[in-house]
Amino acid sequence: MTKEVKILEEVTIRFAGDSGDGMQLTGTQFTNTVAALGADLSTLPDYPAEIRAPAGTKYGVSGFQIHFGSTDIHTPGDTCDVLVAMNPAALVTNLKVLRQEGTIIVNEDSFNDKNLKLAGLQSNPLDDATLARYQVHRVPISTLTARAIADMNLSTRFVDKTKNFFALGLMYWMYNRPLDQSIRFIQEKFGAKDKDMAEANLRVMRAGYNYGETTEIFTTRYDVKPAQLPPGKYRNIMGNVATALGLVAAARKAGLELFLGSYPITPASDILHELSALKQFGVKTFQAEDEIAGICAAIGASYAGALGATNTSGPGLALKTEALGLAVMLELPLVVIDVQRGGPSTGLPTKTEQADLLQAVHGRNGEAPLCVLAAATPADCFATTFEAARIAIKYMTPVICMTDGYLGNGAEPWLIPNVDDLPDIPVTFAKDPATFQPYARDEKTLSRPWAIPGTPGLEHRIGGLEKAHIDGNISYDPDNHDFMVKLRIAKIERIADDIPLQTIEGDAEGDLLIVGWGSTYGAIKTAVTGARSRGLSVSHLHLRYLNPFPKNLGELLYKFKKVIVPEINNGQLIQLLRSKYLIPATGFNKVRGLPLRAEEIENEIESVLGR
Amino acid sequence: MAETMENTAAPAKLTIKDFQSDQDVRWCPGCGDYSILAQIQRVFPEFPRKKETFVAVSGIGCSSRFPYYMNIYGLHGIHGRATAIASGVKLANPELDVWVATGDGDGLSIGGNHMIHLLRRNITIKVILFNNQIYGLTKGQFSPTSQLGQITKSTPVGVIDYPFVPVSLALGAGATLVARTMDRDPKHLQEMVRRAEAHKGTAFVEIYQNCNVFNDGAFFQFTEKETRDDHVLYLEHGKPLVFGKDRGKGIRLNGFTPEAVNIKEGTYSVNDLLVHNENDLTLAFILANMIHNPELPRPMGVFVSLDRPSYEDQMRDQIARARSKKGTGDLQKLLDGEETWVIE
Repeated sequence: MTKEVKILEEVTIRFAGDSGDGMQLTGTQFTNTVAALGADLSTLPDYPAEIRAPAGTKYGVSGFQIHFGSTDIHTPGDTCDVLVAMNPAALVTNLKVLRQEGTIIVNEDSFNDKNLKLAGLQSNPLDDATLARYQVHRVPISTLTARAIADMNLSTRFVDKTKNFFALGLMYWMYNRPLDQSIRFIQEKFGAKDKDMAEANLRVMRAGYNYGETTEIFTTRYDVKPAQLPPGKYRNIMGNVATALGLVAAARKAGLELFLGSYPITPASDILHELSALKQFGVKTFQAEDEIAGICAAIGASYAGALGATNTSGPGLALKTEALGLAVMLELPLVVIDVQRGGPSTGLPTKTEQADLLQAVHGRNGEAPLCVLAAATPADCFATTFEAARIAIKYMTPVICMTDGYLGNGAEPWLIPNVDDLPDIPVTFAKDPATFQPYARDEKTLSRPWAIPGTPGLEHRIGGLEKAHIDGNISYDPDNHDFMVKLRIAKIERIADDIPLQTIEGDAEGDLLIVGWGSTYGAIKTAVTGARSRGLSVSHLHLRYLNPFPKNLGELLYKFKKVIVPEINNGQLIQLLRSKYLIPATGFNKVRGLPLRAEEIENEIESVLGR
Repeated sequence: MAETMENTAAPAKLTIKDFQSDQDVRWCPGCGDYSILAQIQRVFPEFPRKKETFVAVSGIGCSSRFPYYMNIYGLHGIHGRATAIASGVKLANPELDVWVATGDGDGLSIGGNHMIHLLRRNITIKVILFNNQIYGLTKGQFSPTSQLGQITKSTPVGVIDYPFVPVSLALGAGATLVARTMDRDPKHLQEMVRRAEAHKGTAFVEIYQNCNVFNDGAFFQFTEKETRDDHVLYLEHGKPLVFGKDRGKGIRLNGFTPEAVNIKEGTYSVNDLLVHNENDLTLAFILANMIHNPELPRPMGVFVSLDRPSYEDQMRDQIARARSKKGTGDLQKLLDGEETWVIE
């Protein structure tokens, strides 16, 4: 039977199941295949903090959303077109993000009394009117999976673990994607150590694909053509991976050893995992006893002449506060990655948020200025981390590089830079005992010399006590303290001379400017593009540099009648903008642990501009 | 020019002066810290290494001012974190000789967590713990080694916190060299500093240090002429545990329990005594526990010295293995990853 193939510009698919169902793996596999065929894409993993919550419960549901298309894709999609639900709980918790008339593929076998009860359902939604507005495909995934590998004599539990590959195979068929990437993956991951698992997964995935091909349930399959991205070599990349690579690349370009002092914390741990596997690059990773030791070891490594870095999330950044102050006082390079998550306290460990901004900019005792940057997209984590390292080294300062759970775990295509095109990061170690002064200043950058132990004749002492200007000896002199406080602030402000001027997407003046930072980039861009296409006078300004701000930021802001600052917090960038530029900006704040939706920003634009 | 001179001139022999910084020492007059500083400055010139490779790292407290007074590379860090900072220094450059100066408050209270983890990891760092059983810099509160019942600023009717025994803590944490010495025994202190320097892995040296302002005389029983012979037991590898005036007493084991016996009265002889073995961890625990029996002398010296691979050597080996297997990392290949596609 020949089936119709419809060409789609874009589509959003959400895989949802128990946290033990392998939905993250399924989503990642689908993403890698889609990416390799050249579509633009954006992904959003949405999983619970519990590793294996009791099966069938709503709080144990794990989801993975991918938005891909032949057009520019900037968000993982406000709503999805297709929901793959492995059980009733996955169906009911994700139904609200499915668009009307959207497609549902359910594992029919899982809709038994026990699972319905666990999902809090009185009746079976497959049989009542709940799903009337959707196109529902009931697929007995568990049964078909078991049948595909019946002759292998595997345990029920084993069989159950492979059913996600049936869903994956079916979706490959539906979206006209080849199996070879996942076949390679299965062989590499399981082939050597677990032949049964490899064989079972392969068979089940093919069974899913063939099911789409042969059954009459599915009359249509879809195709998404490659996107018109700028020419070059691409790969799919997750934000946390991009961050890790940014650190490695910066260290290489600076001719320094990379040292990561780290403590496991969701959602930042993948950076530690990535780097700990790169020992051939001379990367030293140190899993410390706590967050404090992680940053302190990184400071020690920088003191000894390495590029010291530490990665964490909000609660960990809080613990690193005192050591950050020490790094400010010692004036040593240090890169701190904050993969933000929902707070306060333990908050929402696996969800995204932007509520650490004020902590990053201000959260230390005393006047302790440092540089703060934020990445805008998963791939941008590479460039932003590289830039953080450049500034840290050149200005002898800690730099906090902000990402968040959505960026860290999200993925998109990345135009891979040519290593030769990445700028070198010059490093000068002090060498000359005749002229060396620990706290002498470079006239242009105001940074002090980096004098590492092992250098003959430069033996000196540094520490957290206030330093005398130039010689760096302990000083309690009131005027010296006043001078040094202002000097440290001036040094950070000098960075503004060394960063690109801020740009605006859209007109340089008008009725409304949307100012964002970090991971809201895609949603704001999509919203502003939509509003502008309907003739609204709105532009988009997105900040990578949060301290110091770009030098021209003020004049750009003043060209607009109104400024709105959407943030996934209760209004933090807006406080910084108001206090520095005295503008009557208004906030747009949703703190749900999820990325902002383009649609809600666009609605806000419309309501402000009165249409 | 400077380089030429370095290359041709014979290396000058270092002296105590080379290790004295130009900073005024600001400890209270009479403080035991002066002796510790002096002994270290005396011993460092003996070590066959370049002066620029010595690094001292400290936290906060009286002891932590140590780096300012040593003319070597020094980092005065934050309270309790010296061991963590020092770990990064040593791992970034294993050629450095990294010393941590800490105290009973800095190292065992606020920095207790970092301390035990350094000890178990066995990074080659030498920890000199100045134990004065009091918080000096904050003016006289009790510390984790203050004695039960001790009257301090924050315990006007006596300490009820059961104290740590630093040596036992270090042994329990898996330290590979654990020693105890005293500020008022310069020769022995110097010897323990030498032992720390020679050790591969973390060395932990507790120094009984008199705070003459807030806890004067805490260790006089062990340090003063009148009492020390009967109250101090010097540990020497391979030698029987003899102590006392005229070396007339010794330590024997009764079951697992050590007891002091007279070896001059005929019942026991030196052949009945425990013989010290620095490589015996079980014996080290027994010796550490002698502190709980006031009848027994206080052991001084190296409790244990074990041979275990250092963390930095293992880290170096892992990097070397990765490189021999995968080559020195190709950055472009790393950025490219597993799957790429080209858009024309």
